[in-house]
Amino acid sequence: MEHASIMNKKRRVSDQLLEALIYLCAFLAVGLLLGIIGYVFWRGFRTVNWSFLVTEQSPTKGIMGIAGNIVNTLYIVVLTLLAATPIGVGGAIYLNEYAKPGKFVSLVQFTIETLTGIPSIIFGLFGNVFFGKIFGYSMLTGALTLTIMVLPLIARNTQEALRTVPDSYRSGALGIGATKWYMIRTILLPSAMPGILTGVILAIGRIVGESAALLFTAGSGYYLPKGGMGLFRKLFESGGTMTIELYLQMAKGKYDVAFGIACVLLALVLLLNLLTKYLAGRLNVENRK
Amino acid sequence: MSPRKLFEQELEELRQDVLQMAEWVQDGYDCLFAALEKKDGDQMRRYVRHDRTIEDMQRNIESQCLSLLTRQTPVARDLRTVSAALKVVTDLERIGNHLSDMAELFVRMDLPELSRYSPAFPDMVRETRTLIGKAARAFVERNMAMGQEAIDADDGIDDFFNRIKEDLVKELKKDGSDADGCVDALMTAKYLEKIGDHGVNIGQWEIFQETGEIDEIRLL
Amino acid sequence: MQDSKISVSSLNLFYGENHALKDINIKIRENTVMALIGPSGCGKSTFLKCLNRMNDLVDGVKVDGKVLLDGEDIYDPGVDTTLLRKKVGMVFQQPNPFPMSIYDNIAYGPRIHGIKNKSRLDEIVENALKGAAIFDEVKDRLKAPALGLSGGQQQRLCIARALAVEPEVLLMDEPTSALDPISTLKIEELMNDLKKRYTVVVVTHNMQQAARVSDETAFFLLGELVEADETMNIFGHPKDKRTEDYITGRFG
Repeated sequence: MEHASIMNKKRRVSDQLLEALIYLCAFLAVGLLLGIIGYVFWRGFRTVNWSFLVTEQSPTKGIMGIAGNIVNTLYIVVLTLLAATPIGVGGAIYLNEYAKPGKFVSLVQFTIETLTGIPSIIFGLFGNVFFGKIFGYSMLTGALTLTIMVLPLIARNTQEALRTVPDSYRSGALGIGATKWYMIRTILLPSAMPGILTGVILAIGRIVGESAALLFTAGSGYYLPKGGMGLFRKLFESGGTMTIELYLQMAKGKYDVAFGIACVLLALVLLLNLLTKYLAGRLNVENRK
Repeated sequence: MSPRKLFEQELEELRQDVLQMAEWVQDGYDCLFAALEKKDGDQMRRYVRHDRTIEDMQRNIESQCLSLLTRQTPVARDLRTVSAALKVVTDLERIGNHLSDMAELFVRMDLPELSRYSPAFPDMVRETRTLIGKAARAFVERNMAMGQEAIDADDGIDDFFNRIKEDLVKELKKDGSDADGCVDALMTAKYLEKIGDHGVNIGQWEIFQETGEIDEIRLL
Repeated sequence: MQDSKISVSSLNLFYGENHALKDINIKIRENTVMALIGPSGCGKSTFLKCLNRMNDLVDGVKVDGKVLLDGEDIYDPGVDTTLLRKKVGMVFQQPNPFPMSIYDNIAYGPRIHGIKNKSRLDEIVENALKGAAIFDEVKDRLKAPALGLSGGQQQRLCIARALAVEPEVLLMDEPTSALDPISTLKIEELMNDLKKRYTVVVVTHNMQQAARVSDETAFFLLGELVEADETMNIFGHPKDKRTEDYITGRFG
C-alpha cells in the first residue's frame, strides 16, 4: 500500500505573507502606543516638578500647579465609583440571578448595551440640564453624570463575571440550605470579584480620561479644598479634573503645561491600574489562603 | 435490536458447546451399551478412556463461562444462564466419568449379560437414558416442563435400583458362586442410579435458569 | 410504614408541557442505599431533585403529589427549604467545591445554619472530613484551596461538606461519573459506610455500581418508575421485561 507522506513539500506562500503581515500589525500597534507615551513624556517631563504637583494654580501670582486638579480627579473618581459600583453590581445581580428572562429583562439589557455606546457629550448635555439645574456646576453634578456614564460598564462586566461562575457553585450552596442572598454574598460575589474589578478599572479609565461630559457639569475650578469641611463643601463647588485642565491649557496654547499634565495623567492611570490589579490579586478567592 | 451483539453471539456459542457436550455424553451412553450387547471388547476398552474428551469439553466451557463473567458481567437471565452452564457441565462430566467407570467394570466382568442378574436392568438402562436425554434437551432448549419431567422420572430409576438390589440379594442368598458378578452388577446399578441423579440436577439447573430458584429455594 | 424514611405517592412533575415524572410511588427505607437507574432522560435525576426540592430552582416546573419525609410533606407551603436541605443533603455529578479553603468549604454549611463558634466548627470540620474518609489526606492543609485537590478528593470533600450540616438523607447524583476507578471505589466504600447513619439515594449510570452499593434499586423509564425492589431481585430476576432488557443491555 502506498503511504501518504507527512513531509511538507512547500510551505504556502500566502501563509508566509499573512504571517509577516500579522507581525507587522503587532509591531505597529505596540510601536504607536509606545511612540505616543514616549512623545508625551519627552515633551512633558521638563514641566513636571515637585511644585507643579503640590501647588494649586494661581493666575494672579502667575503660579502654574495642578494640585487642585489632581485632588479633583481623585475626588470625582471616588465619588463616581461610590455611586456607580453598588448600583451597577446590584443591577447585574438582579439581571443575572433574580430576573426571569422576558421582555423586561431584554429591554434592560438592550438599554445597558446602548448606553455603553453613547458619545459622552450627550451625557454632559443631559447632566448639565438635569443635575446642573439642582446642584449647579459642581463635583456632585459631575459625579452623578459620570455615574450614569460608567454604570453600564460596571454592570456589564459584573454580568460577564457572574456568567462565568459555574452553576455548580450555585446549586452546591443552595443544596446545603443556603438562601439565595447568602449564596450570592458568599460564593458569587467573591468569585466574580476579578470581573467586577475589571469593570471598575475601565470605569476609572473613562472617568480620568473624560472631558466632554465634565466640562459642562463639574466645571473647571482648580482650588484645593480647605480642611475637612472644605472636602465636604467641594461636593457643591466646581472642580476641573486634570483632563479638563489639560484641555483648557491646550485651548490657551500652553502646550508645555498641557504635556506636563498629560505626563502626570498617564502616570496616574498607570498607578490606578496597578493598584486595582493588586487588589484583584488580593481579592481573588482562588489564591486566598 | 440488542446493542450487545457480541455478547449474544458468545452466549449462543456457549449454548452450542453445552449441547455438543450433552450429545457426546449421550452418544457415549449409547455406544457403551451397544458394545455391551454386541460383546465388542475392543470398543469397550476404547471407551474406558472416553471421559478424557468430556473433561476437555468441560474445561473449555468453564473457561468460556468465566471469560463471559469477567468481560461481560452478565446479570439477571444472562447470569443465570452462565452460572447454570457452569454447574451443568459438572453434572455432564460426572455422567461421563460414571460411563467410563462402567466400561472398566464391564471389561473386568468380561462383558456380562446384565439381564441375567436382574430382569429390571434393560428397563433401567433405557429409562436412565431417557431421563438424561430429556434433561439435556430441556436445558439446551430452555424447556422448563421437560426439565420437570426429567426430575420426576428419577423416582422410577430409584425403584429400578431397589428392585435390582433385591434381586441381587436374593441371588446371593440362594447361591454365592457368582458373588463377584453380583457385586459388580450392583455397582452397575448404582452407577446408573447416580447418572439419573445427575440428570435430575441438569433438569433442576434448567428450572434455575428460568426462575432463579432451585428446589424452590431462591438462589438469585 | 414506620421504617420508611421517605414515602412518595402519586408524584407527578411537569416541565412546562413535558410530563417528566408520571405517578411515582415509592418508599425508601431508613439506613439503606437506594440506587436509581435508567437510561438518560428517564427522570431519575429529576426524581432525585424532587426529594430536596432542588427543582424549585428551575423555571416552569410544576409538581403535584406527596413526598413525605418522616411523615411531613416536603411540598407543604409551610416548609422552610433551608431546613429541608439541611436534613436532605445533596452531592452532585461534577465535584463542585467552592473556590475557598478546604476548611471553609466544610464550614460553609454549618455557618449558614448559624454556627460561629471556632472550636465547634473545628470539631464539625474534622468529623465531616473523617466521615467522608478524606481527613487523613487533607488534615495538614485545611487552609489550602479546595480546588487544588484531585477530582476524587474533591468529590469526597463535597460529601464531607454535605455531611457537615448533619443531614439524615444524602442524595447523590452520579457522584462517581467524573472519577477514576480508584476514587470511584473509595466513594462506593464510603456509601456503604454512610448508610449506617444516613439514608442514601444515589443516581447512577453504572449498573455494576448500583449492584455493588445499593440495598434497593429502582428502575425508571420515560418518566415512569418501572420497578423498585431489593437489588438482588432486580439484578437476579427482575419482574418486568423492560427492567431485564435494560440491565442485561438489550435495551434498543
